[in-house]
Amino acid sequence: MSNFRSLRSAVAAAALGLALATGAAPAFAAEDLTITVPANPGGGWDQTGRAMAEVLQGEKLARSVEVDNVAGAGGTIGLAQFASRPGEPDALLVMGLVMTGAILTNNSPVTLESTTPLARLTSEYEGLVVPADSPLKTVGELVEKLKADPASVSWGGGSAGGTDHILAGLVMKAVGADTSKLNYVAHSGGGEALASILGGHVTVGVSGVGEFVEQAKTGKLRFLAVSSDARIDGVEAPTLAESGVDVVLGNWRGVVGAPDIDDEERAALLVTLDAMAATEAWKKILSARGWTDAYLSGDAFAEFLKEDDARVVQTLKDIGLVE
Amino acid sequence: MDLLTNLAHGFAVVFQPINLMWSLVGVTLGTLIGVLPGIGPALTIALLLPVTTKMDPAAAFIIFGGVYYGAMYGGSTTAILINTPGESGSLVTAIDGNKMARKGRAPAALATAAIGSFVAGCIGTLLLAAFAPTMVEWAVKISPADYFALAILAFVSVACLLGRSVLAGLLSLLMGVAIALVGIDGQSGQARYAFGEPSLMNGIGVVVVIVALFAVAEALSLAADPKARSEEITPLKGRVLMTREDLRRSWKPWLRGAAIGFPFGALPAGGAEIPTFLSYSLERKLSDHPEEFGEGAIEGVAGPEAANNAAVAGVMAPLLALGLPTSATAAILLAAFQQYGLQPGPTLFSGSSTLVWSLIASLLLGNLMLLLLNLPMAGLWARLLYIPRPFLYAGILVFATLGVYGASRSLNDVIFMLIVGLMGFAMRRLDFPIAPMVVGLVLGPMAEQHFRRAMQISQDDWTVFFTSTPAGPLLALAAVLAIAPPLIRRWRRKSAQTAPA
Repeated sequence: MSNFRSLRSAVAAAALGLALATGAAPAFAAEDLTITVPANPGGGWDQTGRAMAEVLQGEKLARSVEVDNVAGAGGTIGLAQFASRPGEPDALLVMGLVMTGAILTNNSPVTLESTTPLARLTSEYEGLVVPADSPLKTVGELVEKLKADPASVSWGGGSAGGTDHILAGLVMKAVGADTSKLNYVAHSGGGEALASILGGHVTVGVSGVGEFVEQAKTGKLRFLAVSSDARIDGVEAPTLAESGVDVVLGNWRGVVGAPDIDDEERAALLVTLDAMAATEAWKKILSARGWTDAYLSGDAFAEFLKEDDARVVQTLKDIGLVE
Repeated sequence: MDLLTNLAHGFAVVFQPINLMWSLVGVTLGTLIGVLPGIGPALTIALLLPVTTKMDPAAAFIIFGGVYYGAMYGGSTTAILINTPGESGSLVTAIDGNKMARKGRAPAALATAAIGSFVAGCIGTLLLAAFAPTMVEWAVKISPADYFALAILAFVSVACLLGRSVLAGLLSLLMGVAIALVGIDGQSGQARYAFGEPSLMNGIGVVVVIVALFAVAEALSLAADPKARSEEITPLKGRVLMTREDLRRSWKPWLRGAAIGFPFGALPAGGAEIPTFLSYSLERKLSDHPEEFGEGAIEGVAGPEAANNAAVAGVMAPLLALGLPTSATAAILLAAFQQYGLQPGPTLFSGSSTLVWSLIASLLLGNLMLLLLNLPMAGLWARLLYIPRPFLYAGILVFATLGVYGASRSLNDVIFMLIVGLMGFAMRRLDFPIAPMVVGLVLGPMAEQHFRRAMQISQDDWTVFFTSTPAGPLLALAAVLAIAPPLIRRWRRKSAQTAPA
């Protein structure tokens, strides 16, 4: 092991020496990065973190990338641990839309304000579905039902305060139904929610489009609408906006840096991320996973984060999840 | 036809050399821990969980399946040789099996146990393969109200059946439920009993509690009890073989044991213990030599051993098809599925069917491996018991701590483990059953979440629990199970008092 390590450093030193000798710039945009994933292996955040590590290393944008899972409490445990390492220039934290809600509902002492916003990477749009034998055929019919008796529509989706829950709240608000009567049935995972929807136990199902595509193909589920701004390839459904419900919501995922890093360090990380997002390898992973490229970096992302945060906070208040 | 193609797919995965090796690792490990009294498949799989995080899920479940069956095999070995059932499912085996061993007929007892387990394990696994997908079709129709009723039925049965008294059983169960309540509530997203401590918001892991209750508590019990030291071991004489007469007397109990075991395992509160009792009493009724029972009747080993292995296959059916854990081991397996982001239940067969069928194929393969392993090597397994128990349990304690810390790298979890371990030690000393606590821990949140989902969907109309089927009948059955035994006892006491008068 130590032999191997010394061999590796010898090779690295030789490579560096060669680079210096030929007058070329060092091969790596970043040195040794650590990516904190505030969730268990397997989920969306974990997949994002591991995809980043793969591309950053594979494309020689970083010398080494270590992915560290710190799971729990909607990502706030990972966030708290991450925020306790101020000034570390090589630390990244994967985060996204869901974290804002978790920070509020868990009364997390640490918020995203104690991090340095870097970039939004991907987005996954949501679908509204009903089981094949549901009497509801269109969003219009759903809206009528919501207006007549909001509580009679039960929504089946993922965890409370998550993207699915927020979308249900936004739809209620957009159609002018009483958001405090939102009847949202939370499930601990996509599979569990899917079983509830397939069995016809809830009126309408909400989750990432990808979760439903297979079931829709076999005719067991029917899409009513998708939450994107334009129609999605391979999904036979209008957007919510087309159906008269003015809501667009993407389950976006992004990355932030450690608190109190200086402008230079922030700029260096942004250069690395910009380079990563532009690679073919990154785009390949996005299309394989069905993620939409939603790359937005630097000040524009910081601005977006602020606006999105305000919208989520307001929605969670409307549906009575936070005071 | 579908069954055969699916099984073929499963075998294609299992027969990859690496997976064959994992299966061998699993059954060997399972037999080892089955031979060691007190260490069960639940603990072993719990300890393996962090190790297998990075493995391919199929390989991990091949190991787990091997461990589960292997433990049932190994448990009978100690039951027969030293009258110490390695598992609760081998309790009955000890009665006649040990008598046989004392009469120098240990080889026949071990052989009928091994072959019976093989036959029943295969029958049970094939029933699982044939009917689990059908159960899935029906399983999506099960509403939150029905799940709630199932959970309540399991609660009641476990508390009544596994406890010294209903009160002790219920108390143990409720302690499990209380531990399960810590953490973020699924429906409201609010933290409960976390006292603002972020590490508690995640809840206390089922694995941590089970390691504490089984390994830590067992080690503490041993340390506190000087009597639990050396135990006499009957050496194996001769070859592990059965006579023609033994075979003639064994084959019917094997089949009957399998027939009793599978459905009981598949029942939410069936488990592996009740069918062994039923099989034993049935064999005694049907035997030509009822007087031999209790003195070393081979049927009394063959039947219960077949029953407990078929029950293991049965337990897999509700686990795979409904996501419903009906034993401590099944609860751990459920946690294992969730570790890989898989939710056992209706969608498992459609979403991860390769995994499911390779698991089923590996159960069949594991059975065969176990037979080959156990018949010639039973004598060798028994030698493990020569390890002095203090050393054995000191080692277990070290591995438990390492396992729990390694899983989360959180010192808090180690502290929880020690606290719950002390609790488990106290429970053992006071003769409180531990199994209901694990059931409460697993079923408690399930009952609660399904209750609230059902209420939400019905818009707070509680009659949904009585009007929907099977929720209504299940709840009625649970009520009968809870109320009937004390009534019968009271009635018996009364008639006992009035009879002499």
